[in-house]
Amino acid sequence: MATARVVIVGAGPAGVRCAQTLVAAGFRPILIDENRRDGGQIYRRQPQGFTRSYATLYGTEADKARDLHESFEHLRAQIDYRPDTLVWNLTPGQLCCVSQGEHSTVDYDALILCTGATDRLMPIKGWQLGGTYSLGGAQIALKAQAVSIGHRVVFMGSGPLLYLVASQYLKAGANVAAVLDTSPLGKRIKALPKLMARPRLLFTGMKLLAQLRQAKVPVHLGISPLQVLGEADSGVSGVQVQTARGETLTVACDAVALGYHLRPETQLADLAGCLLRFDEASSQWLLATDDAGRTSVSGIYAAGDGAKIRGADAAECAGRLAALALLQDLQQPVDAAQVAEQHRALKLMDEFRVGLAQAFPWPAEQAKALPDDAIVCRCEMISAGELRRTVSEKGACEVNRAKAFSRVGMGRCQGRYCAQAGAEVIAAAAGIHVQEVGRQRGQAPVKPLSMLTREVTP
Amino acid sequence: MTMNKADVVIVGGGLMGSAAAFFLRQRGRSVILLERDQIGQYASGVNFGNVRRQGRFLGQLELANRSWALWKRLPELIDDDLEFIASGHMRVCYREDEIAELEAYAAAPEAAQLDLKIYRGAELHERFPFLGKDVKGGSYAPHDGHANPRLAAPAFARAARRLGARIEEKTEVAEVQKVGDGFSITTTDGRQFSAAQLLITAGAWGEKLSAQFGEPVPLETNGPQMAVTEPVPYALPTVIGVYTKIPEEVIYFRQIPRGNIIIGGGYRSKPDMLNRRAYVEPRSILNQLDQMRRLVPGIGNLNIIRVWSGIEGYLSDSLPVMGPSGTVDGLFYAFGFSGHGFQLGPGVGDVMAELISTGSTRTSIEPFSIRRFAPSAEQRSKAS
Amino acid sequence: MSARFVRLAEQGRPIVRLKVDGEPIEALQGDTLMVALLTHGPALRQSEFDPGSRAGFCLMGACQDCWVWTRSGERLRACSNEVREGLDIITQQPEAIWPLRG
Repeated sequence: MATARVVIVGAGPAGVRCAQTLVAAGFRPILIDENRRDGGQIYRRQPQGFTRSYATLYGTEADKARDLHESFEHLRAQIDYRPDTLVWNLTPGQLCCVSQGEHSTVDYDALILCTGATDRLMPIKGWQLGGTYSLGGAQIALKAQAVSIGHRVVFMGSGPLLYLVASQYLKAGANVAAVLDTSPLGKRIKALPKLMARPRLLFTGMKLLAQLRQAKVPVHLGISPLQVLGEADSGVSGVQVQTARGETLTVACDAVALGYHLRPETQLADLAGCLLRFDEASSQWLLATDDAGRTSVSGIYAAGDGAKIRGADAAECAGRLAALALLQDLQQPVDAAQVAEQHRALKLMDEFRVGLAQAFPWPAEQAKALPDDAIVCRCEMISAGELRRTVSEKGACEVNRAKAFSRVGMGRCQGRYCAQAGAEVIAAAAGIHVQEVGRQRGQAPVKPLSMLTREVTP
Repeated sequence: MTMNKADVVIVGGGLMGSAAAFFLRQRGRSVILLERDQIGQYASGVNFGNVRRQGRFLGQLELANRSWALWKRLPELIDDDLEFIASGHMRVCYREDEIAELEAYAAAPEAAQLDLKIYRGAELHERFPFLGKDVKGGSYAPHDGHANPRLAAPAFARAARRLGARIEEKTEVAEVQKVGDGFSITTTDGRQFSAAQLLITAGAWGEKLSAQFGEPVPLETNGPQMAVTEPVPYALPTVIGVYTKIPEEVIYFRQIPRGNIIIGGGYRSKPDMLNRRAYVEPRSILNQLDQMRRLVPGIGNLNIIRVWSGIEGYLSDSLPVMGPSGTVDGLFYAFGFSGHGFQLGPGVGDVMAELISTGSTRTSIEPFSIRRFAPSAEQRSKAS
Repeated sequence: MSARFVRLAEQGRPIVRLKVDGEPIEALQGDTLMVALLTHGPALRQSEFDPGSRAGFCLMGACQDCWVWTRSGERLRACSNEVREGLDIITQQPEAIWPLRG
């Protein structure tokens, strides 16, 4: 038994729990991870030689982080762990990997994609200025490097991460200039019944807000971002927003952390031909999977935020569940109670996920309001006006077409940070629903591939 | 009610169909163009973007020259910029005996307009110092160049529409039939179109339609393999391609003024014709990296940021099917350009419009006749 | 110009010396290149398509905004590479090594 070659991509909460479940069933999976150390983004480890405690690094989630790291340490000898390795492309049954400039292929019978998520961004005029970071990026600066992204930091956007990172900065001694949330209070009150699915998290969230208020950090709800102020060479010098009361508010700062919750990393699944479907709740395209993580392609599974944005706890459950689904598909014995338990836990987290999406909605309307001279695609420096002209002058109402004409999403990041907002700009310009403009097709390489890359001869 | 009747119905909205629609309108013919997906989505939109004449089959240069004259009239011709730059094309080789072949090509009377110049040895490496030491010689075509394929077919289609052509995207043809003096076209959404003349410009799918008229051709589909680097300072205006008989040595690249270097060549992939999607073969890209390091050693530090493929139709002799049907009056073909149609696009559109409107063309296209694939009388009698 | 990033903790690590645009700087062992550069100055590189400078964005290897160069022309993603003693980093894209008249 256990002869199937099982490969997991990603060593965050989903990937580690998936590996653990497979090892318990007698498998020795290959675990490929782009990072040098396990933990993913959420439980990212600080480099060797750093000394901060789990409590300092992970706060209320310290025990979970420690448990995941320890689980991984126990697993290490029983899995084939390949850190610092990028899967840049795949073909049926084979992954194309590159590590330290060397190329190799890895054959698989079953593939479990635990590829995680990145920040979901809505552009704002001036966001290309140096000193504008993604919210997740701001958190990594602190967690992994013990630095603040600036001397005076504004946190702007929406979603649970906004308050979490702002209070982490505060606690670490950084200067938090303001927290500017696009979501109005009313949305949060409406979402309360669903958020009650996870009372502890709801309570933690409220506590963060209280801490910020107590520290006299200005917190504004229901704002509309206007622009990031600054100069081309020196970068950010402030932000300007319209408050819920319609007043223009300018906050001086030298750094902005910007984000609107998360978007999944689906490139590998897309390249494998897995179907995606439009998720109404979060208004974005997600992998189409069954409730255990089976994608539309036989032998390919997905778990964690790369499949559905539900956070770290859900990722652990989903990782286990995907492994159990794979075991079932391989006709291996599976503990039905364990399966039921994961499903039960995920059901609550699903409800909470929808609640979060309602409480901190994706600000689609901002795309419509974006000035013509605001940059949409940071890589290629393409403005909202240029993108709109491909709709009005060239009839490009489909995102891949608009990309072909305008270059939005054609740069180094392959649309990770502009494609969703770009789709909203196109939809608004064309007067159609964002689902109808489609989504940018994934293209290899998943990350840039050095032309020095050489094949390793086995 | 919309009249689904025109002088000419064109099936297939790639560059050939779009350009033909434009030139037919210039000649006053009413045109309906039917495209199953989006204009220029397959071969036309994803190719390398070579506006190259040298290296073509000599019997094709007359057509290529006519097309080149049209490229030179851009953007005024269609009031749109296709990013065409006549920045020169260099065809290089790794072997001394191949230089002789390049010289013979340059000396052919058909190639006179190309003003080819042969480089070798010290002169070659002084003029193109970035080329690797394996490069032994090359043929330089000063008037050839490159353009942006993503823009070309849609721009011709828009220009045709401005002149009054009807362009129907997302309209898939189910059946084509000769009815009386004209043609009846049924689409999968149940609509009927009719025309006195029918032009098939359906690229990799052209054979399916020609077969409906009893003219099957040996067409196979291939996915070109393309890659693009991150932007670097613009320094390589010349398009460079390797002339070789060894398939994996085939590599070509061009740099666009924004700075990205576009690379193509090597192994092709087999497209998924059911889902109409072509994937890049990872081994093609790895081979391209090898070949690029050989051709331009200094390029190694760059990153590939994106790769893509598409769906191209290749005839068994690598020449297109172009001209009137061999069996059906009023039926015309222009498809299967075998990976070298982009430069020809405007010329093909112009020639087909001339042929359809006047019954003949001043440009020689006889080598591309579909009749070359018709079974001989002897084969026919054996088959019966 | 002034530094962009501010160190908040973990300052007892051993010092690593490298060069940025020819100037020697001191970083700490375990710093990413990004942190090493941005605790000394405001930017990582010049944008290709506008007069602005870039200072990274996502810090997780996704946005590709933070690529810098070594003097020998090697490309490094500043957020995902650690400092090494003696690194010689440049923040302006090196001149193409091929001449303009190609």
